[in-house]
Formats: sequence, structure tokens, C-alpha cells
Amino acid sequence: MSSKGLTFRGGIHPPHFKEQTEKSPIEEAFLPEEVIIPLHQHIGAPCEPTVKVGDMVKVGQKIGDTKAFVSAPIHSSVSGIVTKITKHNTPTGAKVTSVVIKSDGKQEISEEVQPKGDLESLEKDEILKIVREAGLTGMGGAGFPTHVKLSPPKEKKIDIVIINGAECEPYLTSDHRMMLEHPDKVVLGTKAVMKALGVTRGVIGIEKNKPDAIKSMKEAVKNEENLEIAELQTKYPQGGEKSLIYAVTKREVPSGGLPMDVGAVVQNIGTVSALSDAITTGMPVVQRVVTITGSAVKEPKNLLVKIGTKFEDVINQCGGYTEDLGKLINGGPMMGISQFTDQVPVIKGTSGILVLNELDAQKPEPSNCIRCGKCVDICPSGLQPLMISRNSLLRRFEEAEAYNAMDCIECGSCSFICPSKRPLVDAIRVAKQEIIAKRKKN
Amino acid sequence: MENKVLATSSPHIRSKDNTTKVMLDVIIALLPAVIASIYYFGFDSIKLTSIAVISAVATEAIIQKLLKKEVTIKDLSAVVTGILLAFNLPPSAPWWIPLIGSVFAIAVAKQVFGGIGHNFINPALAGRAMLLASWPTKMLGWENPAGVDAVSAATPLQIVKGAEGTLQPLSDVIFGRVPGCIGETSAILLIIGGIYLLYRGVISWKIPVSYIGTVAVIAYIYEGSLLLVGYHVFGGGLLLGAIFMATDYASSPVTPKGKIIFGIGAGVLTMLIRIFGATPEGVSYSILLMNVATPIIEKYTQPRVFGGAKK
Repeated sequence: MSSKGLTFRGGIHPPHFKEQTEKSPIEEAFLPEEVIIPLHQHIGAPCEPTVKVGDMVKVGQKIGDTKAFVSAPIHSSVSGIVTKITKHNTPTGAKVTSVVIKSDGKQEISEEVQPKGDLESLEKDEILKIVREAGLTGMGGAGFPTHVKLSPPKEKKIDIVIINGAECEPYLTSDHRMMLEHPDKVVLGTKAVMKALGVTRGVIGIEKNKPDAIKSMKEAVKNEENLEIAELQTKYPQGGEKSLIYAVTKREVPSGGLPMDVGAVVQNIGTVSALSDAITTGMPVVQRVVTITGSAVKEPKNLLVKIGTKFEDVINQCGGYTEDLGKLINGGPMMGISQFTDQVPVIKGTSGILVLNELDAQKPEPSNCIRCGKCVDICPSGLQPLMISRNSLLRRFEEAEAYNAMDCIECGSCSFICPSKRPLVDAIRVAKQEIIAKRKKN
Repeated sequence: MENKVLATSSPHIRSKDNTTKVMLDVIIALLPAVIASIYYFGFDSIKLTSIAVISAVATEAIIQKLLKKEVTIKDLSAVVTGILLAFNLPPSAPWWIPLIGSVFAIAVAKQVFGGIGHNFINPALAGRAMLLASWPTKMLGWENPAGVDAVSAATPLQIVKGAEGTLQPLSDVIFGRVPGCIGETSAILLIIGGIYLLYRGVISWKIPVSYIGTVAVIAYIYEGSLLLVGYHVFGGGLLLGAIFMATDYASSPVTPKGKIIFGIGAGVLTMLIRIFGATPEGVSYSILLMNVATPIIEKYTQPRVFGGAKK
């Protein structure tokens, strides 16, 4: 291993901006008066409500489910009364059916929530059932249902589980704090994932700008012969699934393929911690650690927030906005989605709420591409962003496809590095959507 | 907070680099050679450089005003073109030579094709080629730099090719005490400028190294003497061309392999012209020819896509 750590080809070095919260211990957020819980927080089919307006619900009680395989059930994060079931904006930009629950302040725990016993005593299928019933989804952002990832087809032989502790997005520190404060949960969750897949090698990848997390996790795995810590170079997008698999195993996920094609399954720190809770206490995903940070929030914090809490409530608990609020983002600055309102709820994939002031929020004016080639040098997918975006802006989507637009992971590194401030990834996204639309038509 | 926030697509942070800073770095890298040219050629150098820069910037501003486009002279790219054009002139050139050269470079080679980033050939070299074709005697009037006697003189490469004169010591060639275009004579200062550009990440090593390396290898095979290789590398416009002209973003390939092929191609052409051509120098035309070949080089040197997708 080089002294800089394992890594992939390309990538950028944005400023870390983690100082505001990397030393702030995780605090439990106040109980909100009301939660808005969307029934579609994941990739796949939306859930149908299993409660009616007027029902009393308890913490951990299932409020939405579906028979579809690619989906994950939804649970109540508070005890109280269902006041509304209505369409509501979510931070992903969609408007989905959501269950609004008025909290009674008692936080009574549902009878459904029961400890599942020791990991040693659980069989593969039992773990899969726990994962499904706990509503586990990828908590790094995309929100892919975890039980689907843990049920690869028989012909795909999985031999490694990689836990993503890179946290390469600037500003975010929720995974970092989790590794420092609850390394035991990370280890238990990882072992459960390995057992569910029948895998004997688990690697937890951590960027080298988090030496305390590396130390904490090394200590936690010192008696675990199947678990190791991989020190990764601090570089964005180190936590991208394909980049991470390459850094750890030197295997390339084939174009258009999935990690399972190279025998790997990747899980996020938040996801395995939640799985640990689902086993030891039986509590499904009803809360998560959220980093609230940026230049326009008064007291940046890492908070353990109930799913469904409005952004507004979370930010008020961090001292509120400063005068010059400019932008509100679900997630990190590289791939997060900017919001037009703070009346959206925290969902399972909300790793951070980034609040930028007017100065930081400014979008620079683009000028002519000078063909410096920096985007080509840094593209982690080996693409030529300038060519794809040029063709996309001219609506020449077939040419964009020929330049392998579909291999873009939308990490945004090209737009970050561009000295002419071209809307590179924006134009590539447009091309991808057009190409997908055309493929569906044919 | 309604209506107060900006909603845009990610990424929400950008690097601090911009086009102006890139061009400013190129100007900084050219400064040592500018100072050397003033030291060696005195007022002639100041006069030609300032006329070239002012005409380049003015042409850009006037054209953009006339076409009702945004005036982008503050990106400093016209300044770079002006300096490079002046660097390619002999110190004896009359005042109107840089004026016409800059107007042609900016108006015809750059703005006609859409301005910065869209020029398919290097504007300064296009200007020089036009001047050389139109006023060859004005463009080839060499003189010795200050401190060396005699009014007219032969450049080291002319002498290597058989012109009358005594071959200057290689140390003079490296430091620039030789006849030549005002910006090309001091090899050492051009190299320092190149190192600065590499350090700042403005250029990659690929084009200069493959270009200069190819010239050196062919020169050694042809001349059979390391000393003469030194004259080929340091004596003419090669360093100025390889470091500052062939690396022009718009007219050279963006692909890593393409850059190497571009450098090798320019090196081969340069030596073909120097060996078989009518002139002792071949850098400008080689780069211009490779500029024209850039799109096809890019087409066949696309980088390997992660995951092995077919091109």
C-alpha cells in the first residue's frame, strides 16, 4: 500500500470543510411535534400505507409496505396519531404519498419491536428477513433496498463485502462520528451482512483524512480475523461504489454492470449501523445521524434525527439560519440535491443538510470551453466530459452515447474542476435521460 | 425562508480556477523570456511586444463589440497571443508587422471560428505564417543581440544547415546571446517558464517532452553528434514552440495518448523540414500541421473507459 493510501484513477481534491462538525459528538435531536414520513424513500416500488387517518401508532410500527421485491417497508419514528395521508414534497425532488403523524410525546415502542438475539444464532434467511422488515436501504444517499443487494442471483459468487467509510463528500461527518462513537455497531452490522452473503472477507474502507476513525475501527476489528481496515487516499469520489471497489480489490465493475459482477457488495456505514440496531434491539430504520453544517447555519451539529422531521425543525435546533441564507441542500455539496423549501422531511438517505450563505451559493457564469482537458484527466470513469456535454448541448444524443455518456456516475468532478465553469455534469445528465428515454421507446 | 434560496443542480462547489488565472499563469511563465528579450534586443523588443499585445487585445474587443457579443478581453487570452506573436518576430521587424500579425491572429484565426477555445490552429502561429508568406524579407532579418558585434547575422540553425558564419558556443545558445526571434533565443528561461506551467498544472509534460525528445532523437541519427543535437534543441524556435505553442489548449488534443502522438508528429515534421526543407527552421509549420490533425488524433486516441465500455 502506498503511503497515500489505496485509490482509483482520476478524481479531485475539493476542500474538506469538515472542521465545523468533525469533533462534534452525535446528539439526540428533540422530538418534533409532527413527522411527515414519505412512503417512497428508496429506489424501487413505493409502499402502500398500512395505517389510516386517526390510527394510533407507536415507534417502530410499520406504516407502509408493498409486495414488490425491490422496495423497503416504512415505519413510524414517533408514537402518536396519524393526522393525514397526503402527497408531500421529499428532498429527492419528488412528491410522494406521505403519512403525517402528530407525536403524543410518549415515544411508546411498538410490540413489533423485539430483539432478534445473537448474530451467531441467526441463519442466513433470518438475517435477510430482519434486513427487509427493518426497511433497510442504502443510507449514503441513493437508497437502494439492502435486502435486494444481499440476495444476489446464484450464479454471482460474492467473495468480499466492502463497507464505505470513505465519506468523501466535503462537509459531511455523520459516518465519521459513527465510526468513532459506535465502532461496535459498524462491526456487528458488517458481520451480519457477511453472514447473509456467506462471505468471509470484510473490508472497511476509510479515507486517510480521518485518522481517529481509522484508529477506532482498527481497535474494534483487532479480534476479528475476517475483518480488515483499508486506508484510502483522500480524494473525491473515493466513496463512489465503483471507485471504492477498485481501490480495495483492483477489480473494475464492467460498464453497465453491478458490483456483484465482480464479486463485491458495498454497504454504507449508516446502513450497517442500522442493521446492528435492527438485530440487537429490533428497532427498524426510524432515525439516522444527519450532519447539519455550512456557512448559513448558526450551530453546526451531528444530530440523531427521527425520520420525517422537517428540515426546518432540524435547523431550528442548530440555532436557525444566519441572515444571508443562500442555498439548502439534502446531502453533500458534490452530489446533494438543493431544496426550494425547508418543509421537506429528513428521509433514510439524508446524510447531511448543508446550508450555504449567499456567497457560497452563487453559481458562477460559464464561459467558452478552452479545451484544457482537465475534465478528461480527472474523470473517474475515464470519459471525456467536454465532448459528451458539447454533443448534449447541441442535442446530438447519439454522439453523446458514442462517447459513453451512460458510464457517467454523475459525481460532478468535471464541473468542479472546469476553469470555464461549464455545466458539464448537468449536460451529461440531460444526455443520459434522453438516451434512456430512447432505449425505452425502442 | 420561501423564495429566498437558490435551487441549482449539483455540484454546489467549484474550484477557484478560472480562465483568467490560467492565462495569467502563461503570462507569468513568459515573463522571464520577455525580460531576456528586452535585455538582448532593447527597445525593439519593448516596441514589438507592446504593439502586438495592444493590437491583439484591441482587435478582440472591437470584433466582440461589433458582433454585439460579450467582450472577454479580461480573460487575458489575447494578451498571451500578442506576446507569443511578438516572440516569433525578428527584432528588426517594422512596427506594422506585429500590428497586422495580431489583427490577423485574433480576427481570422480566433474570432471567425468562435473565439477562445474554438480556434483550430494556434492564432499566434497563424499570424506568423501569414506574415512570413507576405513579407519574407522583413520576417527573416536577423541581427545579433546586444553586446555582439556586426549588424546582420546568421542563426545557429542556419549555420548548422550550411550558412556562412561561425557557430556560436552552445552556452550562448542556451542563454540566448544568439540571433533569432526575440522570444526564442533564451532556452534556459523558456524552460524555467515551462517548469512553472507544469508545477501549476497548466500544461502536461506530454507534448513538450515527446516533441523535444523526437527532435533530439532524429537530430542525433541525422547529425551523429550530441553537440549538434544541442543546437537543434536549443538553437531555434523549438523550446518556445514545444512549451508554449504546441500546448495551446484549443488546437492540441485533450486525450493523454493524443498529446504524445501530437508531440511526436510535430517533432518528425520539424526535423523533416529542417533536413529536407528550404528553410533551416520548421517549428511553426509543424505545429500548424499538427493543429489541423488534432481532431483525427483525438478520434483515435480516446481514453479507455472504466469498466471497459466499447468506444
